[in-house]
Amino acid sequence: MEIDPLIFRLSIFILSIFVGYYVVWSVTPSLHTPLMSVTNAISSVIIVGAIIAGLSGNSENIFNDSSIFGFLAIALAAINIFGGFLVTQRMLAMYKKKKKDK
Amino acid sequence: MISANLSAIFYLVSGVLFILALRGLSSPETSRQGNLFGILGMIIAITVTFLSIGNFSTGFIYVLIFILIGGSIGAFIAYKIPMTAMPELVAGFHSLVGLAAVFVAISAFLNPEAFNLGTSGNIKLGSLIEMSIGAAVGAITFSGSVIAFLKLQGIMSGSPITFKGQHPLNAIILISIVVLIYLLCSTQSSNLFWILIAVSFLIGFLLIIPIGGADMPVVISMLNSYSGWAAAGIGFTLENTALIITGALVGSSGAILSYIMCKGMNRSFFNVILGGFGATDQTSSSKNKDQRPVKSGNADDAAFLMKNASSVIIVPGYGMAVAQAQHALREMVDTLKKNGIKVSYAIHPVAGRMPGHMNVLLAEANVPYDEVFELEEINNDFANADVAFVIGANDVTNPVAKTDPQSPIYGMPVLDVEKCKSVLFVKRSLSPGYAGIDNDLFYKENTLMLFADAKKMTEDITKNL
Repeated sequence: MEIDPLIFRLSIFILSIFVGYYVVWSVTPSLHTPLMSVTNAISSVIIVGAIIAGLSGNSENIFNDSSIFGFLAIALAAINIFGGFLVTQRMLAMYKKKKKDK
Repeated sequence: MISANLSAIFYLVSGVLFILALRGLSSPETSRQGNLFGILGMIIAITVTFLSIGNFSTGFIYVLIFILIGGSIGAFIAYKIPMTAMPELVAGFHSLVGLAAVFVAISAFLNPEAFNLGTSGNIKLGSLIEMSIGAAVGAITFSGSVIAFLKLQGIMSGSPITFKGQHPLNAIILISIVVLIYLLCSTQSSNLFWILIAVSFLIGFLLIIPIGGADMPVVISMLNSYSGWAAAGIGFTLENTALIITGALVGSSGAILSYIMCKGMNRSFFNVILGGFGATDQTSSSKNKDQRPVKSGNADDAAFLMKNASSVIIVPGYGMAVAQAQHALREMVDTLKKNGIKVSYAIHPVAGRMPGHMNVLLAEANVPYDEVFELEEINNDFANADVAFVIGANDVTNPVAKTDPQSPIYGMPVLDVEKCKSVLFVKRSLSPGYAGIDNDLFYKENTLMLFADAKKMTEDITKNL
């Protein structure tokens, strides 16, 4: 009997939860705010679904009632991707070590 | 156009890059590289999506235009936002992820053919369950984050909003969501789909209004987690590995942060979520307030104490963020260091309005991160320090948490500030903190209260040093 592909996706999902668990515990507490902004940015990979949705219309009618939601989602996710990564970059650039000129 | 197998492999690669992005955050040195991994992962995911669709017609141009519009808004916000507003920004961003998940789910429901999910009115059962869960969680994330944003921004009062029958009402709505998903799967009715989304918006709103301002660190972490689960739900619908991996990562990350925050307050997750904390009997605690003597001083006294100290520990809190005092504080510390005084910073896990909030503000003010310590690292040092300078923190320094089992904050880990030879406490007035209880520290022999705006007081002390 064949295994449903859903089971494979479920396996990836469960294993990723464990990976996430161990990786996040190793994040230093002083970087918890950048952690939140970067998780925000990466969860916007949902833009992949938004792009598929946006391009689902045909060439005469690009904005049909289904694809319009896709386009809106593209804009929302893009705000998050650019905003999330850039603000994380900005924050991380501020974390500096003590100067050794003492 | 590339094959489905090849694109699946690329999605896996971008999922792995996202794991590395989080991994990089284990230390500030590797964190910047980690962020680049994250960006690379995102570029791969988007490019592969374009290639796998292989349709570079007019629609493609429109997609680029929308990315550009969203991207410039995002970039503009990212450069303009002050660091003190990070909690609001993150809450706002969560709401966008939630709404994007809802939109993708709606689009998939209206046009399942485009996603290979069957035909309209006859969507594959598994996909329908996945997309309705994605839509429901996304909607909860959206409306919950909007409320969190409004509370943090001060547009909506930070005090908890409670009413009679609140918990039963929430329970009924949550059950009705499950029932709606079940009915939706058996009837495929689009009306039920819209009702499901509307009800989910409602419950997100109702879940967050009873939670008070200082519990926001938990709320933000929790919504972070929700946005991850919503993304994972959509990832299952789209059979997309990158989205499933990311959703799981973000979901567990938010859950861990909520746990850390709850532990920092010694409260159970449910206690925070059910809300209403800090709304109870403010009056009873204020009764005997004026009877106890308090020593208050001015900037001159504070400067004198610090000049004669050999080590000073700074305890920043939310008040520092409100007063934007972090730069003034750094200048004061620079002067102290010039006088050969050892200075370190002590940060409580729940200081501020989101996890790690104080660390970012101090980093912004050019405080080296190796002078900043977490509660467990520094708590023993208070006994050997000469001066503790508490700026904008309150409940997290209250010794009552260790001594009075009747106190609502009993058992919460606190900074042992009272063990210092002397304590300088910058505060506007004697009013109790968020927990609504008096801070015993105010009345200790060795405490000097400095009643003023945190920023102004710090500047005045610097002048007097």
